Amino acid sequence: MSPQPEGLSPPAASPGHVTGAAPVLEIHDVSKSFGPVQALKRMELAVTPGRVHTLLGENGAGKSTLMKILAGVFPPSGGTIRLNGKDYLPRDPKDAAAHGVSIIFQELSLSRNLTVAENIYANREVNRFGFIQDRKLNEDAAQLIRDLGLPLDPRARVADLSIAKRQLVEIAKGLSHPTRLVIMDEPTSSLSDSEAEILFRIIAKLKAQGVGIIYISHRMDEIMRISDDITVMRDGEYIRTLTRDEADINQLIALMVGRPMQDIYPRRETPAPAASVAPVLAVNKLNAAGLFHDVSFTVRPGEVLGLFGLIGAGRSDVMKAIFGMLPHEGEIQVAGKPVRIASPSDAIRNGIAFVTENRKDEGLVLAHSVERNINSVALGSFANALGFMHPRAEIANAGEEVRRLSIKTANLNTAARNLSGGNQQKIVLAKWLAIKPKVLILDEPTRGVDVGAKFEIYKIIRELATQGTAIVMVSSELSEILGMSDRVVVMHNKKIVAERQAAGLTQELVMRDAAGVDSE
Amino acid sequence: MKNFASSHTVRQYGGIVAALIVLCVIFSVANPRFLQVNNFLNIMQQVTVVAIAAFGMTYVILLGEIDLSVGSIIAVAGMVGAQCFAFGLGFVPTVVITLLSGVVMGGINGFVSAKMRLPSFIVTVATMGIFRGVVSLPTGGLPAPINNDTWLLLSIDDLFGVPLMVWILAVLFVFNWVLLSKTVFGRRAYLTGGNREAAIYSGIRVDRLKIVIFMISGVMSAISGILLSSRLSSAQTNSGMGYELDAIAAAVLGGTSLAGGAGSMIGTLLGALMIGVINNGMNMLSVPYFYQLIVKGVVIILAVWLDVRSKSSRA
Repeated sequence: MSPQPEGLSPPAASPGHVTGAAPVLEIHDVSKSFGPVQALKRMELAVTPGRVHTLLGENGAGKSTLMKILAGVFPPSGGTIRLNGKDYLPRDPKDAAAHGVSIIFQELSLSRNLTVAENIYANREVNRFGFIQDRKLNEDAAQLIRDLGLPLDPRARVADLSIAKRQLVEIAKGLSHPTRLVIMDEPTSSLSDSEAEILFRIIAKLKAQGVGIIYISHRMDEIMRISDDITVMRDGEYIRTLTRDEADINQLIALMVGRPMQDIYPRRETPAPAASVAPVLAVNKLNAAGLFHDVSFTVRPGEVLGLFGLIGAGRSDVMKAIFGMLPHEGEIQVAGKPVRIASPSDAIRNGIAFVTENRKDEGLVLAHSVERNINSVALGSFANALGFMHPRAEIANAGEEVRRLSIKTANLNTAARNLSGGNQQKIVLAKWLAIKPKVLILDEPTRGVDVGAKFEIYKIIRELATQGTAIVMVSSELSEILGMSDRVVVMHNKKIVAERQAAGLTQELVMRDAAGVDSE
Repeated sequence: MKNFASSHTVRQYGGIVAALIVLCVIFSVANPRFLQVNNFLNIMQQVTVVAIAAFGMTYVILLGEIDLSVGSIIAVAGMVGAQCFAFGLGFVPTVVITLLSGVVMGGINGFVSAKMRLPSFIVTVATMGIFRGVVSLPTGGLPAPINNDTWLLLSIDDLFGVPLMVWILAVLFVFNWVLLSKTVFGRRAYLTGGNREAAIYSGIRVDRLKIVIFMISGVMSAISGILLSSRLSSAQTNSGMGYELDAIAAAVLGGTSLAGGAGSMIGTLLGALMIGVINNGMNMLSVPYFYQLIVKGVVIILAVWLDVRSKSSRA
């Protein structure tokens, strides 16, 4: 390992390296460019066996590029990578796995129509003369799942699993071969707290076995909890490495965004609507067989209602029912009048908008332009009575939303897939704002969104509430629920178990409700 | 902005226009008569039947679906026309009934696929056979002569020196181009083809859209059927056989994505022209038919490959 160019640290340690033990992975002066775009510049990183090394940075900071280099998806443009002291340049992901490098992707890379077991051992199935031995495959998978303590059935078809369960399959897949270095890319972004706990137990076990772990996450509380070392990246560059004990949240955020961050959640400027204000949405004894029971709640104009629950509690299904995507019984009232909602178009006609939890599958046409996506819901309002589009009205609306929500895009014709997660989420918001919704339902509005963009999305939500939109925000991030809501409703086991005013509410109290622990 | 638009157009159609020019140069060198205005009109006229069906096919493929029953609908439409005339109906009612038969057949495709949740590939493989069987019902498999003069003149007459069929092609091109690229309906088709789930969440009634699009495909095929039976002066049980593949090839050559969500009428027209130029050029060089089939297949693969490559290298 060559001495650090700036010469600020003692010669024994290069930047990115904090402890004395021989690192399992050393990255020195690694760069990667795609044509004129420099995605990674002079990256430094050293991962020690038995320690969790967190990579922290906004989307676009270069974390994914680094991961893909380590996974063998593409080679670096320059620099050295050493694994256990030997030069490491994987040809492809299979080669990386053969070197004992496991990568757990956040982008779900599973085949939907195969079973859990088939996915875990994809491309290296137990076989005899090319014939797959199904029973052995399922036994191996069952053993692995037991060892890891995952609530999975090896024979279940992936298409039938929830997003959280699929992420657990991804984890099992990543750990299904002998490993010295595990890289986890936002593994908890789709997990509920209880499932995240399972993951943290697995991480502790891996640490005890002396495995080095690179951990990528946007959730500050869990980063502070499980990390040993933290390396901050910004704009493709190495910024700084700290140990967990040296670091504090505000400092990390400041390093990451390159400016001090005052508050994570924007403050409410006007008081929440009084209890006497008539609700704009009232749900009364809503039922869907097997999915949720007797769900009742109301939202007032200008109010942010937080809906919290562990994954599987039925939160998203309730929202889907209100939006006409699921058959249901019970009463839904909008502005005091009972309405019949049998399809999304009924919901939209009644002024209900729904930002779903899965923006890539349900929110966007990734191949289409920013403009087409923004205008996709309110199409009719950019057309004359005969259904002919007014291109100028389309451009004007898309341009205005891009400015208003500060969506970062090269131009209106850029394909949505080329934008970062945060900006994609803003496009989904923009398409719904075009119908001027009375009720805006947000399901996991900041999933996979970096800290800077998160704050901007929170600001938009606040602003909408101030303008009188009723907001229902479903989230599995407790701090987000507490930071944004005026009132919190908690679901557990397909029922609403608690409704609380946000003032004075603590994470512990909400968590007890959500976990079904009787308080009081 | 202007600059961007033109570079976008070049990117979109550059490949196929270049391929068309290369083919035209080759054929003109080999046979100077190829480059005459008359021959161009001749190509347009030969292309019309496939191009009109391909316009309908463009919506279907754009939606991420496929319609293999197009050739059979062409034959049924001709037979419906012949039977109406045999029954003593006049030109206008016969045209109306023939077009309606296209709507009904397309509607069956769309309805079965949407409401019974069956892939359109399977549904239209089945109806391709069913409709082909239906053609033979009135005559027991024999051709039915048509002697309505107006109907026959459709493929013979000129207007301002341009064949009537080419006028019909032009009118239908403009109609479909406007419908697809300038209306709410067209936007919904792109959106649904691009991401069906997102379209459902955006409040689009995707089942209804699918049925309507298959109806359009049916009606376009019926128009093709009218023109084909006019050229043949009769309805034949095997007419239009294999036309579905030419229609698909035209749309795909023109850049319509089989995955859905991308494509255009201009592209499809260019794609149909390309197929027409290949057929016409090789006929003029007296290339035997079986060689024509081989060359056509190779050219289609090359053209689509070039097109895909030029687009992906931009990403």
